[in-house]
Amino acid sequence: MKNLLHEELWDWKTSGIALGIVFLIAIVFVKPIGVSTQFVIFDGIVWSVFDNDLITKDATAAKGYSSTNEYLNKGGGKYAKSIAKPINYSFIFVISMVVGGLLAFKLQKVKPHKEELTCPTVWSNKFGKSSAKRYFVVFLGGALALFGARLAGGCTSGHMMSGMMQTSLSGYLFAFGAFALAIPVAILIYKK
Amino acid sequence: MEIVLAIIIGLLFGFVLQKTGAANPQLIINMLRLKNFHLMKAILTGIGLSSLLLFLLMTVGLFDASHISIKTAYLGVIIGGGILGIGWAISGFCPGTGVVAAGALRKDALFFILGGLAGAFLYTLIFGYIKSGFLFDKIGGGKATLANTGIEKYIALIPTVSPLVVAGSIGILLLIVAKLLPDER
Repeated sequence: MKNLLHEELWDWKTSGIALGIVFLIAIVFVKPIGVSTQFVIFDGIVWSVFDNDLITKDATAAKGYSSTNEYLNKGGGKYAKSIAKPINYSFIFVISMVVGGLLAFKLQKVKPHKEELTCPTVWSNKFGKSSAKRYFVVFLGGALALFGARLAGGCTSGHMMSGMMQTSLSGYLFAFGAFALAIPVAILIYKK
Repeated sequence: MEIVLAIIIGLLFGFVLQKTGAANPQLIINMLRLKNFHLMKAILTGIGLSSLLLFLLMTVGLFDASHISIKTAYLGVIIGGGILGIGWAISGFCPGTGVVAAGALRKDALFFILGGLAGAFLYTLIFGYIKSGFLFDKIGGGKATLANTGIEKYIALIPTVSPLVVAGSIGILLLIVAKLLPDER
């Protein structure tokens, strides 16, 4: 056990079994894991600070809240409700993931080189060590990833892992779309 | 009680994603370049094993089927998946692993999250204009699964074969592919 806590990287078998168990625990005790919706919830929380009318209590809405924004108002106001009450399962779950990542990193015996934490080797081999360049491209990548995830209605966690676990058609379609573009783009961009 | 579970399962998930290397863009990019299959093997094992165990628990009645949650299949799932794929390939992060990488003190992951918040915000603003368009045309009836979940609101695409056989075969297939894939190329 001690080894597993301090190892920098688990072998693929341990990794796969651990991933499988976590996805199973989540659906058995609560619901399938998902992440990308919480980016919308966070946006909404910040937005509602500047716009008092964005989210309102609404007894006629299925979830008890409504929004002036059509996306946040969708599904009977379920996003509106989560924005009004951020102490809910899905939001706390994602915040807790950050702490889980930190904990795993802190327990690591071997730490990666500081530069590696900004630019992975595969990046600096091709584009050099400028962190500003990397930050700009990662920002763009983040914008594309979350825009795509919201259009798809889920991300790698919600659609691919949780979806395919339940043999959901949408999960296979998402995985197909994601890999069909990610593989050629990665090969082209990072070609030596 | 739900909040306690959110904290525990969130911690576990974040911890595991970091330890499997999924929060390391080097491993993600090299997986997508078809150079290093460590993560691919781990992901396939994870999906195969959890699916097999899930339908096993369902068959013996130890799983509360109301926890099943199937997302709708529509054209935007494939196109959105593709757009996510581009962002995933150039940055080396996806939404979940970006969040975990930020926890593991990666500075670039903070910019992924900022970009992600911007991308999600842009979608929030334009949704009203695209919501009735072709992007949301359903595929396969919408909320559909291959294995029969026994839940009426979800369409079973293979209704006559036992769900354990359907999900179990796919699960075992994924486990075999995971085992056969080489570590590196």
